[in-house]
Amino acid sequence: MLEPINVSLESLNLITLAPMLIAIAGGLIILILDLANSKLHKSLYVMLTLLVLLIDFGALVGLTINERGFFDVMLIDGISIISQLMILAASMIFIPLALTSKRFHEYAYPEFFALFLFMISGFQFMVASDNLILIFVGLETASLALYTLIAMHNRSDAYEAAVKYFTMGALAAGFFAMGSAVLYALTGSVELYKVAEVMAMRLSESEIVLAIFGSSVLLMVAFAFKLSLFPFHTWAPDVYQGAASPLAGYMSVVPKIAAFVVSIRIFGMYIDLGVEWVRMIVLVIAIATMTLSNIMALVQSDVKRMLAYSSISHAGFIMAALALDTTEGNTGIFFYYALLMFTNLGAFAMLWISRHKERRFDDRYDHPYEKFAGWVKIMPIGAVIMAIFMLSLAGVPPFSVFWGKVYIMKAAVNAGYVWLAIVMGLNSAIAAYYYLKLIVYMFLKDPVKRVDIVYYNLSKPLLAMIGLATVATITAIFYVQPLLSYLFYMISASGY
Amino acid sequence: MDNILSILVFFPAVAGLLGFVVDKNSARAYGITVAAIEFVLSLWLWFSFDPNNPYMQFVELIPLIPDMGISYYLGVDGISLFIIIMTTLMTLIGMASMGETKNIKNMIVTLLFLEMTMVGVFVALDAVIFYLFWELSLVPMLYIIGAWGGPLRVYASIKFFLYTFTGSLIMLVGMLYVAYIYHNLTGVWSFALTDWYVLVLPVEYQLWLFAAFFIGFAIKVPMFPFHTWIPYAHGQAPTIGSVILAAVLLKMGTYGFVRFTLPMFPDASVMAITPIAVLSLIMIIYTAMIAYAQKDMKQVIAYSSVSHMGIIMLGLFAMNSEGLSGSVFQMLSHGIVSGALFMLVGMIYERRGTKLLSEFGGITAVMPKFAIIFGIMLMASVGLPLTIGFVGEFLVLLGFYKVSPMITILAGTSIILGAVYMLRVMKLAFFGPLDNEKNKNLKDLNRRETWSLIPLVAIVIWLGVYPKPILDPIDNSVNTLLEFVDEKAITDEAKEMILVAKTTKEAE
Repeated sequence: MLEPINVSLESLNLITLAPMLIAIAGGLIILILDLANSKLHKSLYVMLTLLVLLIDFGALVGLTINERGFFDVMLIDGISIISQLMILAASMIFIPLALTSKRFHEYAYPEFFALFLFMISGFQFMVASDNLILIFVGLETASLALYTLIAMHNRSDAYEAAVKYFTMGALAAGFFAMGSAVLYALTGSVELYKVAEVMAMRLSESEIVLAIFGSSVLLMVAFAFKLSLFPFHTWAPDVYQGAASPLAGYMSVVPKIAAFVVSIRIFGMYIDLGVEWVRMIVLVIAIATMTLSNIMALVQSDVKRMLAYSSISHAGFIMAALALDTTEGNTGIFFYYALLMFTNLGAFAMLWISRHKERRFDDRYDHPYEKFAGWVKIMPIGAVIMAIFMLSLAGVPPFSVFWGKVYIMKAAVNAGYVWLAIVMGLNSAIAAYYYLKLIVYMFLKDPVKRVDIVYYNLSKPLLAMIGLATVATITAIFYVQPLLSYLFYMISASGY
Repeated sequence: MDNILSILVFFPAVAGLLGFVVDKNSARAYGITVAAIEFVLSLWLWFSFDPNNPYMQFVELIPLIPDMGISYYLGVDGISLFIIIMTTLMTLIGMASMGETKNIKNMIVTLLFLEMTMVGVFVALDAVIFYLFWELSLVPMLYIIGAWGGPLRVYASIKFFLYTFTGSLIMLVGMLYVAYIYHNLTGVWSFALTDWYVLVLPVEYQLWLFAAFFIGFAIKVPMFPFHTWIPYAHGQAPTIGSVILAAVLLKMGTYGFVRFTLPMFPDASVMAITPIAVLSLIMIIYTAMIAYAQKDMKQVIAYSSVSHMGIIMLGLFAMNSEGLSGSVFQMLSHGIVSGALFMLVGMIYERRGTKLLSEFGGITAVMPKFAIIFGIMLMASVGLPLTIGFVGEFLVLLGFYKVSPMITILAGTSIILGAVYMLRVMKLAFFGPLDNEKNKNLKDLNRRETWSLIPLVAIVIWLGVYPKPILDPIDNSVNTLLEFVDEKAITDEAKEMILVAKTTKEAE
């Protein structure tokens, strides 16, 4: 006869679960509303989702850092809080983009919004734990919801994109499971802090070197898929092209933030333990990613694909900061994404407002460069805003991404990697070319076809969001200081 | 007005933003008025400037990002003061003489933004703020070349942008490294130049950092062999683009050498004297030869402008007060003279639609005013005594003579070579028979054109005859700079080299 297990409610510290539960409850409410009345307009769901995100945000801000809860699987440390805040902020910019002036049938389904909230709770679980099983559950919850969101877009290549993403994601999940299994076999635990303890003791045993190496490689492959790093990046441009523009912009930020948090926890652990070749692999992957995807971006003829390759290249840039494994480097990761978030979502939103129902310029692409030819004559302010986003992505000061680039390059120099900073600088120079290409098309060429409606898809909420992104991009210099000191404080408080 | 520098920087930018609202038929008048106000503001700066104080004046310091050591830090000394005035003057005159009518409003707004970045570069005392304006200046110039340029304009503008952008990213890494060293030594992050000046770096570090900054600045100057972007940029740019490019943007590179590399890396600078002198000589002689071979009038001016930048570089690395003051003075004279020459070529191009020398001949007969002004500017460019071009060139050669008589003699050929290619232009375009039918009905300069050039002619002669009011403040700041550099240098070789400045000063 087993002894009954007594668990007191206080020891569970259920408050740590509150943010995720709020997102899940929000999703359920939306589903129930749909059951009760199926004729409700999408604007209701958009606003509801926004409110749920807001409450979620509030619940997060109230949490005290460095707490554990729910049988110690939840870990509320600094990076889990800031990454959740960033995920929510990006989602709050993303979701109003559903209020386009034209109807796209994905947003007509309330399920879209419910799935969206479930996805967010998945990401939140993923970053707020150091238990490999819970990370896996969070990852899969989020990914499965995301696959469905992509497939809801009304284009034939949206299905293709979803299936591609699904198969690649499933493969990555497999690698993750195997990597975790090897770690469990080595250390007898799935809690990363215990894994680290046991591994530190066993590092000297020569017969398990191969197993440690194997576990790191398996996990690396899994996250290289998720972060779309070379050579596992090939799915990304196709998926971005198939997905709706705002969703593509969202995918280039939010899932990556979540995956980077887990990467910091896992690979940071390896590097801390003194396993130097993990650092080497990360560096090699980072440099290959930024360089090769830059070169690929040069030859794209579609702006959306160009932006896809560009966000792969940005991920490579950030991956290099991970290899430094300094507090500054880790701060750089979040700082860079916090700044990139506005610019990148803004750029994708600009594509979204110019989206037509049928492809008017090219059979294959929605946004070929020719479409943007002479934009300055057709929609001057739109062209200027898009140009500012492009200059920001290229790293021209004083726009937001420049500060992120400088911070990461500074972190590299401080960690003794001057050559890495030079490689980053040269890559930024290559990248400037393809961003300039769009500016050249917009400002220096004449329109190729008579274009009657240009702000095709524009509406007030979209305008507000693009305005917000523009202001955030231009005035970055004024909020860099508070943002940076907050991030640095949170990250050093959680010991990374 | 202690914050006059901020006003100088942001007034054109605000005016540019408001300019979007101005009707396009009034845009030109708006632009000229704004540029005139900016010029008056810069003159005000000059009058409230204390010429006996060689240090930074009108300093503004507001911490922006303390965690990264970045602050909004502006100041002006004798070296930058006149470059700022030259910048506002050339923007005003370039705008007033502009014949462009296509998309005039966009042009005016772009020029005003460009003016902000240019003034910003010369007043910034924080490396990151300097870098910010430096990079930002590329964007309006890209647009000016790309939108109003010749047939190859897109290629030329992208080449211009990418070339400079690549160089300055390397420079950025250099800046970050200096900040890192500063942090290691003091425990504080700072990008303020005055803090960086205090750093005494080991020679090996100096050499590496010198190389990083050199790439950024040399591309901008442009030093041989990084000059290949400039024939395209000048060849394709509209008149106003060439004027600003030659008068101001190129000066950013040489100004960078004065502000950054000399005081921060004195030993490396002394070691670099010979290689840089050789590169400058190649610039002077080789581009002069290319200039002689050109068929296009504008390309002659473009190559001559590169050739004269060689003189400026030579003066900078003379490391004594004559050379350095002469070089700063030459920056001003080069800005005014080559700016005026580009304007003149632009005026004839507007009338005839061609810049080929073979199309012209004997036009003095139909355009006397044009020919006289062109002649004066041409002489100033060659370095005729009593013109502005002579003062700077003479001082530079005098200064470098103490370093190496041999190189000075070779560099002195620039006056002869300059005379050769410039007089060739004179001969082919202005003298000889007026045999081309199309030239017979050319109209002389109209009132707008004449009056935008006359101030420049006046300055060319005034400063050629009496350069003292400008040279004195420059000398003051330059001598302080050199004394400082001398104290800071660690190798005996460098100390000895820079000592020349002191002894000549004491002898006076």
